[in-house]
Amino acid sequence: MIEEIGTTKEGDLIINVGPQHPATHGVLHLVITLNGETIKKIEPHLGYIHRSIEKMCESLSYRQFIYTTSRMDYLSSHINNHGCAMLVEKGMQIEVPPRAQVIRIMMDELTRIASHVLWWGAMAMDLGAMTPYFHAFRERELINDIMEETCGARLTMNYQVPGGVMADIHPNFQRRVKDIIKQLYKKLPEYDELVTGNTIFKARTMGIGYISKEDAISYGVTGPSARASGVSCDIRKLYPYEGYEKLHFNEVLHTDCDTYSRYLVRMLEIRESISILEQLVDNIPEGDFQAKTKAVLKLPKGEFYTRVETARGELGVYVVSEGGTTPYRIKFRSPGFSNLSALDMMSRGQKIGDMVAIMGSLDLVIPDIDR
Amino acid sequence: MTNEELINELTTIQPNLVPEAGGEWPNLFVEAADWPKLAQALRFKDDLFFDYLFCLTCVDWKTHLSMVYHLSSTLHRHNIVIKSKLNREKPEIQTVCDIWRTAEFHEREVYELFGVNFLQHPDLRKLILPDDWVGYPLRKDYEDPINMIKL
Repeated sequence: MIEEIGTTKEGDLIINVGPQHPATHGVLHLVITLNGETIKKIEPHLGYIHRSIEKMCESLSYRQFIYTTSRMDYLSSHINNHGCAMLVEKGMQIEVPPRAQVIRIMMDELTRIASHVLWWGAMAMDLGAMTPYFHAFRERELINDIMEETCGARLTMNYQVPGGVMADIHPNFQRRVKDIIKQLYKKLPEYDELVTGNTIFKARTMGIGYISKEDAISYGVTGPSARASGVSCDIRKLYPYEGYEKLHFNEVLHTDCDTYSRYLVRMLEIRESISILEQLVDNIPEGDFQAKTKAVLKLPKGEFYTRVETARGELGVYVVSEGGTTPYRIKFRSPGFSNLSALDMMSRGQKIGDMVAIMGSLDLVIPDIDR
Repeated sequence: MTNEELINELTTIQPNLVPEAGGEWPNLFVEAADWPKLAQALRFKDDLFFDYLFCLTCVDWKTHLSMVYHLSSTLHRHNIVIKSKLNREKPEIQTVCDIWRTAEFHEREVYELFGVNFLQHPDLRKLILPDDWVGYPLRKDYEDPINMIKL
């Protein structure tokens, strides 16, 4: 896998970055060809956390396979579960009760906020600022407390099941969501003071890691990383699911195409997610939290595809069914995998120190890439 | 364009396309030899303009392999699924990573997990598995007594 580490004939230096957690956001291994300090080529070597989830899913039932997806992009596990649950519902034509739909959206948006907040801290830490990381974990902790109370887990929630959600929300849920909204309104200006307007941070991120709109589409970059290049790709807006069409929120678009605009898009998305939560927190309809489903789920013969907007971009779930109780073939189109493929192009000609900023701005989660 | 219009348009470009019923998007089968020409038309014809390859994968049907390309247009917002049957013993198809850059990584993944040979791919090496891995894990007849747990 790794050819020669050292110096090439042209005098270029080949170095290894990673696989170290959390320096490369997980076990990502990059082999970088350098000319002095300038990057000539980046070659990602994957597979350090490859579990072959797609093969495993072939022997798991339609209730079970959802649990493996929490382990892919562990910072958006609710949204991964959501995509899979939606696929089963689409195939079996199960109608989800309105209460479950609203709970699902609220959980998705809480996850998105937690993921973006953690990313904000990690991004600043990549660039040498240690303090924001602790600020980020303070807010993320509050969201994890909500998850723990309602879902029973803090990271791999497995809360969304075919037909609705696993259990009803905890009586404290609404109060806690209101608390976190209040807390975020108080703390987000602090985030901006610490990092957004920081001269050093701006100097290290502005004009770096350029990716044009055409390239972003061609490389399959999605999510906030693509929206910073002006690509309108928010699945919640383009192919609304679960009642997103009834909510008022904006798709955040920027056209500067650099690392700083990717930063700004995520910061604004936190505010959009807060606005969604505000619209829903007092309007959770009464009723069932789960539709009645058969004990054994069987998808009809055919092919199914659903997509959801995770915190990192578009997650596609593609299932080929032969009519049995397990999928014949399953493919997860993970957002991180495509986003990573653009890293080489974005970093060429940049300095090695800037590569860290570019990689940070893509918000990579390695289990999502390796699957 | 609606699904019927898409199928009509594409069958005029490539007469031997075989439409398949079912699925929410039009499904079309193409001969592996015709794929490069069709891919060029899909990407660069103004009324088609499929500029976003959002999923590229392969399915092992035991008798043959089937490549599956999910395409979408960010301009017209229409979707299409193109499939191509490949010989299981010697699966070969032209690469599309010069048209859609995202295909480079996805094809490398299909290459190692299914053993499909992508002709004229610039860098066809294993991506996830170690270099000395034997066999194609996502094929249906793959056996690994050590690492695989049968449920």
